[in-house]
Amino acid sequence: MAKWKLTKSQLRDAGQGYLFMSPTIFTILVFLIGPILFALYLAFNNVNLLGQTSFEFVWFDNFTRMASDERAIIALQNTAFYVVIVVPTQTILALVLAATLNAGMKGEKWFRVIYFIPTLTSSAVLVMIFMWMYRPDGLINTILSSVGLPTYNWMNDPSVALISIMIMNIWATAPMFMVIYLAALQGISDSLYEAADLDGASAIQKFWYVTVPLLRPVTGFVVIIGVIGTFQLFDQSYMFSGGSGGPNNSTLTVVLLIYQYAFSNNQMGYAAALAVSLALIILVATFIQRKLQKDEQL
Amino acid sequence: MKKKKPNILKAFLYIFLISYAVITLLPFLWALSASFKPLNEILSAGLNIFPETFTFDNYVTIFTEQELFPRWLLNSVIVAVVGTALNIVFNSMAGYALARVSFPGRTAWFIIVLAVLMIPAQVTMVPNFLILKELGWLNSYQGLIVPGMINATFIFMMRQFFVNFPKEVEEAAAIDGLSRIGTFFRIVMPMAKPAIGAMAIFVFMGFWNNFMAPLIIMTDASMYTLPVGLNAFQSDYATYWNYIMAASMVFTLPVLLLYIFFNTYFLKGLAFTADK
Repeated sequence: MAKWKLTKSQLRDAGQGYLFMSPTIFTILVFLIGPILFALYLAFNNVNLLGQTSFEFVWFDNFTRMASDERAIIALQNTAFYVVIVVPTQTILALVLAATLNAGMKGEKWFRVIYFIPTLTSSAVLVMIFMWMYRPDGLINTILSSVGLPTYNWMNDPSVALISIMIMNIWATAPMFMVIYLAALQGISDSLYEAADLDGASAIQKFWYVTVPLLRPVTGFVVIIGVIGTFQLFDQSYMFSGGSGGPNNSTLTVVLLIYQYAFSNNQMGYAAALAVSLALIILVATFIQRKLQKDEQL
Repeated sequence: MKKKKPNILKAFLYIFLISYAVITLLPFLWALSASFKPLNEILSAGLNIFPETFTFDNYVTIFTEQELFPRWLLNSVIVAVVGTALNIVFNSMAGYALARVSFPGRTAWFIIVLAVLMIPAQVTMVPNFLILKELGWLNSYQGLIVPGMINATFIFMMRQFFVNFPKEVEEAAAIDGLSRIGTFFRIVMPMAKPAIGAMAIFVFMGFWNNFMAPLIIMTDASMYTLPVGLNAFQSDYATYWNYIMAASMVFTLPVLLLYIFFNTYFLKGLAFTADK
């Protein structure tokens, strides 16, 4: 009798558990796991969307094609350059801002509230504002020339266009990581700084020998999130270049290329192969970063 | 003793903080001021933050003469509000089940939720488009809402919240004869308000600011959401910066208001992301 009762309550728990999970399970199966498997299938096929959708199995053709695809190589170079510049810059800026705010400054809360505003704002709005400020006779060039600095053709000069996007995105993203650093800084005990004071450490020494090492795990997190985010750069490149990745492919990123192949050139199989490759690159980068951090901690 | 920090250093730090505040605010103030200026004043390249001729015309024009702009605003509101409401209910339900209901396969589903967090959206972008096309959901609200009606990050967050939820509350409700579903919706969810608040704000912002999904799914201009609409408007009317800036301000206002009123939820949500 008791055993039967137990199974009954187990059965009820199972029913309730799956009832509560049902929207999640449905969405994960139909819009996440299903599409991932579908993406793997697409990556090995040529897809023809015209008329009846048809697939043609082409083995590894979509993957071998990348090596000879000049635009894929440019996109990867641009994206890698973007990651290498933006991730360290935004991480350092976020850390410096957070450490400064945490140094017992008056109005800390107000600075924090102001700094966070770009992070909330839609990428579309930020791009509109910056495209307008980046015009040849826009705010930024006007300010630069008024203090005697050189001006640039921010959006139409191929050697500058990607840097314009970098500046905007560092400005927009650093505050989010600043808030994460701030939360961690507030958990560091004062006694460590007092001990450093007794040893006669200067403010800069305290920052370098106490704050930075203690924040290493947070820095690891900030770098991983930064790498994942920067590898996926799309919105800003798309809007700045009107979807082309121009001028002269200078703002072409991997995700923008995937978008172009899938939705403008009707080559969904190749686009899926590029997307799978990008996911692998991100995954490998994340694992390397985790591994480095673990080795350091040992 | 500690108060006696060198004053020069302090002054230097304040100059740094104030300069960065100016760098942060200037683009927004510049855009806000442009939204109240007539076009000829904007193009004259003056550096005045306060408009010489103050006008509401830009706002009036985008709402009355650009018939698509109110439609884009409506589309954005529908998608963000419905999407957020569904996320609140479904993520809480899943988080609660993963934390509190012992059903077979619970660990496996928890691992799947964690694994899903690591998949970049680009992988599912192309297949999801094909799936939505087969369903006939392109250019529809459900095409944007349904694939995003749950969020693995916030299922995880709700699970962490419910793991530490006091058991006595549910036990008392059970003694009062409430069913588990009744307990969840009438007792547990109301008590989870702080966690739900943080989740709601970030999910809303996610829908509101999303550019890529509506760009792919909505090909009919009347179904655009604001980010896609704004971009299309800019390509068509590249020199009408007065309208573009007014539209940008209208678009930013709701999130800014949320931020001002629910500041503490923002910080909680971010603190959670950092703990993960």
